[in-house]
Amino acid sequence: MEEARETLKVVFAGHVDHGKSTVIGRLLLDTGAIAQGAVDKARAAAKEAGQPFEFAYLLDALEEERKQGVTIDIAKIRFRTAKRDYLVIDAPGHREFLKNMISGAADAEAAFLVVDAERGVEEQSLRHAHALSLLGARRVGVIVNKMDLVGYREEAFARIRAEITAYLGNLEIDAFPVVPLSAKAGENIVTRSELMPWSASPPLSEAMDELERDRSDESLRLPTQDVYKFDGRRIVAGRVESGGLQVGDRVVVSPGKRETQIRALASWPPAPEKVAAREGESVGLILADEFFHRRGEIISHLGDPPQVADSIKASLFWLGRAPLARGKKYKLKLATAAVEATVAEIVSVTDSQTLNARPGAPEVGANEVAQIWLSLKEKIALDPFSRHRATGRFVLVDGYDVAGGGIVLETRALAAAAGFLEGEISARSEIFAEYFYRYRDGSIVRENPAPRVFAKGDKVPLRGISYSYPASFDVAIFRDRAAVLIREGAVADIMPLEKYSYGGFPLVNGRGFAIKAGSAEEWEKARDALLGQGPPGALGSVGSILDFNVYRKIALGGDL
Amino acid sequence: MSHLEALEAQSVYVLREAFRSLGKLGLLWSIGKDSTVLLWLSRKAFYGHCPFPLIHVDTGYKIPEMIAYRDRVTREMGLELIVYQNSAALQAGMGPEKGRLACCKALKTDALAAMTKAYGFEGLIVGVRRDEEGSRSKERVFSERDRDDSWDYANQPPELWGQFKTDFPKGHHIRVHPILDWTEMDIWRYIEKENIPVSDLYFSRGGERYRSLGCAPCAGTIVSEARTASEIVLELARVSAPERATRAQDQEDAYALEKLRKDGYM
Repeated sequence: MEEARETLKVVFAGHVDHGKSTVIGRLLLDTGAIAQGAVDKARAAAKEAGQPFEFAYLLDALEEERKQGVTIDIAKIRFRTAKRDYLVIDAPGHREFLKNMISGAADAEAAFLVVDAERGVEEQSLRHAHALSLLGARRVGVIVNKMDLVGYREEAFARIRAEITAYLGNLEIDAFPVVPLSAKAGENIVTRSELMPWSASPPLSEAMDELERDRSDESLRLPTQDVYKFDGRRIVAGRVESGGLQVGDRVVVSPGKRETQIRALASWPPAPEKVAAREGESVGLILADEFFHRRGEIISHLGDPPQVADSIKASLFWLGRAPLARGKKYKLKLATAAVEATVAEIVSVTDSQTLNARPGAPEVGANEVAQIWLSLKEKIALDPFSRHRATGRFVLVDGYDVAGGGIVLETRALAAAAGFLEGEISARSEIFAEYFYRYRDGSIVRENPAPRVFAKGDKVPLRGISYSYPASFDVAIFRDRAAVLIREGAVADIMPLEKYSYGGFPLVNGRGFAIKAGSAEEWEKARDALLGQGPPGALGSVGSILDFNVYRKIALGGDL
Repeated sequence: MSHLEALEAQSVYVLREAFRSLGKLGLLWSIGKDSTVLLWLSRKAFYGHCPFPLIHVDTGYKIPEMIAYRDRVTREMGLELIVYQNSAALQAGMGPEKGRLACCKALKTDALAAMTKAYGFEGLIVGVRRDEEGSRSKERVFSERDRDDSWDYANQPPELWGQFKTDFPKGHHIRVHPILDWTEMDIWRYIEKENIPVSDLYFSRGGERYRSLGCAPCAGTIVSEARTASEIVLELARVSAPERATRAQDQEDAYALEKLRKDGYM
């Protein structure tokens, strides 16, 4: 039956003026997907404006778009082939409208990158390809448009194909299919072009059918959207983001890791009774437990829960007007969860043109792609994007606006969101916090503007406003009984305190105060004293063991 | 999942997001098929309930059967209905003879704006669809309107992965569009599948039917023999005229609806 047909959402991306809207307009017209009435209306509008009719008029519906000949916002149009239905998404190619392009592409399941045969690969071609890779694309179709301008020559096509295939290859994306065509002349749109007998690609309308949806995830992820109390029943509402469920299934609710059972599925109208649900369905669960459910929790099957973390490493594209900076706070929204997130570190900013990663950037500007560490105010349930797409991607909200989107690469969890982590060892630390003398009221405050969790191999910020450590030193964290070795500005090792032995390096405690120890013997005495294990009477004053002023000072902070 | 099931699931998700994340919420019910489907979807989302009021912006020029249908359905389903009119403009003699676009602006756009403020709505659920018209094709699912109800269509926020616009200054409101991705054909196939009661005006009487409902002076009929939802589905597969071709106000200007919508029209 009609209804069982599959719908694939396809985005058309690429540099401005390479002809995305024209390709789509032509495709829709030549396959009869657009009502003649709409074409007549577009022709009349063109005539009224004193402009020649362009196929792009069929998609660029806004008056400003037609007058300037530029797509401003995405358009979504239905289209069908013998194989399946399509929702075609036309994305703007102008740099200024990248956020609209990303909005369209984020909703797509497959993508075409449109490249001008004459002008070749340009800045936004690469930027869009880079954005597609971040959105999870593993395979992208390429359309080499305007073949009429290069005399339909195979060499011109081959050169562009080689260039774009290599770039996509570096992003681990397969370029397939690659279709040469001329949208303006209508060549290779619905019938094989006689002007390009060398082309191995079928016409566009058939090539679309070679696109594939990126794989879906198998295990159950159901983020809690809301909890209703209707007709005396408590209903946990949400959408099955992946996997499936059945009445009777044993499930676990994260981050609290509470176990329960699905007693029934709510439905309206009440008949027929609902007993199972698949990926994509919006459902209402009646659970066996009586505990408190909250939006943002994730329901999964036993034995296959999501991760629980408050520190995440992510790949991110930034769209905000104000740059993303270390120490700044944003609202992070992941599936149905929302939590305050602080930028703990900017690991690198990637140049979309060369794909070179530039470490140590102080901030991330609009339209840039970066790897960052975020510290969350509380633990949430989530997954690395490579394992679960829907629960492995997030947006950052700056003030009122979605200012960036990212995918989770790696997660860490710690009781406090600052410290060191290695396997089972989790040590809280304030060694990179700042001490300020607040002029206004004369108080001394400790602030950690960018709390973060460090693991082996991570670079650490050796210098702050109110502290400066040598390149190599040791940290003894007494409250969590751990030791950390910093060598040449990076974490070399994290170990239990009992395994640590004095190695002649400068020593600080978990707050960055110097420990007065110049030998193994002195270290052991200081350690026992700080652990409260020394012989009675040997526990002198704090000042005889710790020195604030060696690596730290108190800076003037705040406003006048 | 079938195509209609996927559309339904997405619409239910959007309605639940609106209910959860926005303050005072209302559903704009034009009495037409789209917002009637929306009412049905709301009851699906909330298991038989419609946890927000319906709002009808009554221009005073509606086809009389529409009003009779509205009152009957409201009564039968026990729904909360707010009827709002720009009575000042009506008393001053506003009507289509004063110019169709001026009339739409006064009796629909201005009435809607006044109603939104009078009741303090933070979210209005609206049954617009992308395939109806160009400026609607550019919409977002959660679409912000400022204090003057204006739509900044050239600068819309990204809607990444179903993360909608839920942060905005006080005094702004959100137009929520749960059936944005549905087409006219989807609507009729869904009405057929779910057996949803819609106004009789859509079904052929004496060889004519309404394809799009509106105000009596500006909504025309089409020649049709379709008497049921399934006959309409068959008919739509054959026609090439756009759905709103019978709506006189749209024909005033190539960008008529875009201009109206920029100022807050639904």
